[in-house]
Amino acid sequence: MQAITREQLINKAVALLADGTVKYVLGWKKGEFDYDITPAVFETAEELNADFVWNDFCGANFSKYLVAKTRKLDGKILVFLKPCDTYSFNQLLTEHRFDRDKVYAVGIPCNGMADIAKVKEVCGDGISSIATEGDALAVTTIYDDEPVKVAVESVLAERCLNCKSKKHVAYDELMGEDGDTLDSNRFDEVAKLEAMTPDERFAFWQNELSRCIRCNACRDVCPACTCEKCVFDNPTSGVENKAPANSFEEKMFHIIRAFHVAGRCTDCGECSRVCPQNIPLHLLNRKFIKDINEFYGEYQAGAEVGSRAPLVNYTTEDLEPGEVFDRRDTNA
Amino acid sequence: MQVNGYKPLIVAFCCNWCSYAGADLAGNNRLSYPADVKIIRVPCSCRVNPMFILRAFQRGADGVIICGCHPGDCHYTSGNYYTRRRMAMLFSMLDYLGIERERTRVEWVSAAEGAKFAATMNDFAEKVAALGENKRLEDLRCKQ
Amino acid sequence: MQRIGVFVCWCGSNIAATVDVEAVSEALKLEPGVVFSTNYQYMCSQAGQNIIKDAIAEHKLTGIVVCSCSPRMHEATFRKTAAAAGLNPYMVEIANIREQCSWVHKDVPTGTEKAIILGKAAVAKVNLNAPLIPGETPVTKRALVIGGGIAGIQTALDIADAGFPVDIVEKKPTIGGKMSQLDKTFPTLDCAACILTPKMVDVAQHENIRIFSYSEVEDVKGFVGNFDVTIKKHARYVNEAACTGCGACTEKCPQKKVPNEFNLGMDNRRAIYIPFAQAVPKVATIDPNYCNMLKNGKCGVCAKVCAAGAIDYTQKDEYIQEKYGAIVVATGFNPISMDKFDEFAYNQSKDVITSLEFERLTNAAGPTAGKLLRPSDGKHPHTIVFVQCVGSRCDAKAEKGKEYCSKICCMYTAKHAMLVKDKYPDVDVYVFYIDVRTPGKNFDEFYRRAVEEYGVHYVKGMVGKVVPEGDVLKVQASDLIANKQLHIDADLVVLAAAIEPDKSARPLATKLTASMDTNDFFTEAHPKLRPVESPTAGVFLSGACQGPKDIPETVSQAGAAASKVIGLLAKDKLTGNPCIAHSDEMMCNGCSTCERVCPYGAITYMDKEFRMPDRTTAIRRVASVNPAVCQGCGACTVACPSGAMNLRGFSTQQIMAEVDAICK
Repeated sequence: MQAITREQLINKAVALLADGTVKYVLGWKKGEFDYDITPAVFETAEELNADFVWNDFCGANFSKYLVAKTRKLDGKILVFLKPCDTYSFNQLLTEHRFDRDKVYAVGIPCNGMADIAKVKEVCGDGISSIATEGDALAVTTIYDDEPVKVAVESVLAERCLNCKSKKHVAYDELMGEDGDTLDSNRFDEVAKLEAMTPDERFAFWQNELSRCIRCNACRDVCPACTCEKCVFDNPTSGVENKAPANSFEEKMFHIIRAFHVAGRCTDCGECSRVCPQNIPLHLLNRKFIKDINEFYGEYQAGAEVGSRAPLVNYTTEDLEPGEVFDRRDTNA
Repeated sequence: MQVNGYKPLIVAFCCNWCSYAGADLAGNNRLSYPADVKIIRVPCSCRVNPMFILRAFQRGADGVIICGCHPGDCHYTSGNYYTRRRMAMLFSMLDYLGIERERTRVEWVSAAEGAKFAATMNDFAEKVAALGENKRLEDLRCKQ
Repeated sequence: MQRIGVFVCWCGSNIAATVDVEAVSEALKLEPGVVFSTNYQYMCSQAGQNIIKDAIAEHKLTGIVVCSCSPRMHEATFRKTAAAAGLNPYMVEIANIREQCSWVHKDVPTGTEKAIILGKAAVAKVNLNAPLIPGETPVTKRALVIGGGIAGIQTALDIADAGFPVDIVEKKPTIGGKMSQLDKTFPTLDCAACILTPKMVDVAQHENIRIFSYSEVEDVKGFVGNFDVTIKKHARYVNEAACTGCGACTEKCPQKKVPNEFNLGMDNRRAIYIPFAQAVPKVATIDPNYCNMLKNGKCGVCAKVCAAGAIDYTQKDEYIQEKYGAIVVATGFNPISMDKFDEFAYNQSKDVITSLEFERLTNAAGPTAGKLLRPSDGKHPHTIVFVQCVGSRCDAKAEKGKEYCSKICCMYTAKHAMLVKDKYPDVDVYVFYIDVRTPGKNFDEFYRRAVEEYGVHYVKGMVGKVVPEGDVLKVQASDLIANKQLHIDADLVVLAAAIEPDKSARPLATKLTASMDTNDFFTEAHPKLRPVESPTAGVFLSGACQGPKDIPETVSQAGAAASKVIGLLAKDKLTGNPCIAHSDEMMCNGCSTCERVCPYGAITYMDKEFRMPDRTTAIRRVASVNPAVCQGCGACTVACPSGAMNLRGFSTQQIMAEVDAICK
């Protein structure tokens, strides 16, 4: 169960609309199913009361939506930000991607979001409804009207199990208690891969990436991928490609995408959340983050506005590309 | 260069001010290295986009080497420092994906180091030839 | 589609011996865009160039590929050839089939195969070439010199003499710098004031020079040829135009206890002061930290005694905007602080002084009127110990002092020792040194005179400790040659403190986007070949801001910097390198990533209104590259996530086409 209720969020939004602080509210609403919650813009108390949703599937990081919405909407926008979202929020500000003055940010606490794939592992496909009951989810399927109880704790998304921060790094107003940054084990999986032989790693990634259907969902949801025109959509970029032809050439897409967001990725985990093929894309981004931390010192993108990302920085004493491997080999 | 009968294809990106001049010096001194090495001139090693490297591998290159001025000697003062970070990150990622690490290299070659240029290319070509054909990053559609 | 001509050069047998040139020109005929292909013995010869010119005309070529020697050799030649035939010179690409093919490969099949591939890559590139026209920017014919020491003075005079207006910005109330504090100069022992002050007067009287004293550079915008500079003129509470420099105020001011910085605090001045008699401009300045009138509104004596009515207690800091074509940095040096060198008891005893303080002690205009007297009791010293390399040539791990050699100390110490012995033959003079470094015209002769003629005791070894005891200074030192410890009772100890760049240099470097080394010395564009230019175009270096220097070296560098400035200002327009970055506004995110990697500060941002795909309009932040500042490294093109940044002449598409041609 989340520490803050839907009613509290609606009341806050209605109050801010009423006193004129904001004109729009960026919130969640139900999609086709109870678990596919999508972002939506609300303008009135009526709309909020009717459609606003806050539950264990409200994983969407709103930061990215601010780029388009602040440009399009002619008034101040209220946005609810979970702690992890605030890092993306700052990173986008660092990159001047939206006008801070057009946003009213309310930090909200988060107890972690559920991963529908994990729910399906327990309850099977064909989920017809999900309701939150205390710390559990009551799930019914088209095969069985009797709800199955699933503890939220047991189906938390990977990124939430390895949550890096319960602390908000940006907000105008905070609801509930602020937390701290956490010592997460988010690099353990990366380290496990690093310890494999190159052949094993190749086999691992071939298996994972060959499932890619090139739907671009990872790119489209990524708060670091806000380019006016993505190189993969640009016919003159030399890497434009809309569809995969060879099951493995998507490796190119994913390497380039990971490189483009290296040093800017806040590790919000949205890419893995939206991947319909369940490819652990965060393991690519985390590899870069881990390398940055090890090679150039700890760096958390988005921790502060205006910080200089490691790839647009240098010291005269940086390690040589060839030393990258020596270093790993001695560590291993 | 042939190892076990395999002739590799190697793309070398050389910065205009140091390494390309180093390659010219190797030529002036008639220091031979394998013809498998094909040089592309760039103004600075920092002009080398990871996309170029991936593109070369995709099209069937077996090895890619980036040569620039020694750190501290960049004609543009800091270009090669950025190269150093970018390539360290990229190479580490390629290794993480299981691509043979010997297929990529960064080497600093000054305009006076003709001998180093030739020696580097000989060594690199030999290592790449020993690995054989690049199959892990090629794109079959791009090969003729 | 381009119409490309391919010209394969034999270079006599240099290429033709290892490359089948005929096969190369035949093979390249089949490449897309190629309409003409030939080979010739010497393409760079007049006849060869005529073949190119004729082919351009006859086949209406839009681009050419020359397969020949290195572009570093003849790219310029063939560009001129193309231009002479009416083709844009940047439509020329060179395939290097000599240095990088025929000279390094042994057999003809290998060489030919590679030459064809290199030719194909060049053809693929030229297919994507576009005519480039170098940008031109006008030049503001005025120079700014930052710093009014001997470096700045000489630079300004040389530029002004060439007919260009120059402004000097000096943060102190007078120009003159460190040299004005010196007594004599090595190795000729002529008096510093006698050679410096006439130059100061020249500056003051020069019709092309303006002096902004008591001023600092507040902000620098713009680029080579077009700098916009804001100068902050501190309030001196005296109307400069009205003040006659008579000095009446400085005699009547009741506030007498102000440490006199010109004499390094060894005597006092008044709250209103003129730093020294020959100051330029000779104008009084009120020190607001000590003036009773400014502090609590009680006094006003100076205003009463000033016949010119120049005193103005309400004066405010003034900001002056000016445009310049070139900027010369001449911010000079300072001796380092002796705080970390407790072993020499500098802070414990007044009789342990730095060499610059010694200069003031022996100067006729100094606190003792030139008599060598101990600062503590005014007595004549009988034993003087000079310690060299205090804070110079230090171990990096020692975390005090500098790793570099301060260069001037060996010579001025020899000078000091000699001056003492000359005036007071009875004084015992010891100099402790690590090495004596005297490379310079007449330098070693000078040092040997100190030893041989004047009998100065030069001791190789360092002073370990100085302990004040009663009115003597107990000096413990080692003599490395005699391998023994020395104990000397000295009356005066003089420390040759290392020199470091002025503290104002680093913030200034940031404003100028000029680079510095870890010691805060300005970096040259090239350490050997461009020693007076900073890597930032239009910014030049003069004097000790670039590295430790003596006066002759400073003056020659000042002249060199001036000649570079004159060369720049003599041009009406600057022609740039057209192979520079440019941003596609439609793709630019305005994210500032490119700005962060640009070594030249060539990228700025503007808000621009755009029509969006859904027909609404939106204001977006977009990058723009200043063509006069960009040097074309391409760092931004890779940093840019959207690929909006591209480099003319080395575009992403061109390089990819080369990659494809090679890998095919």
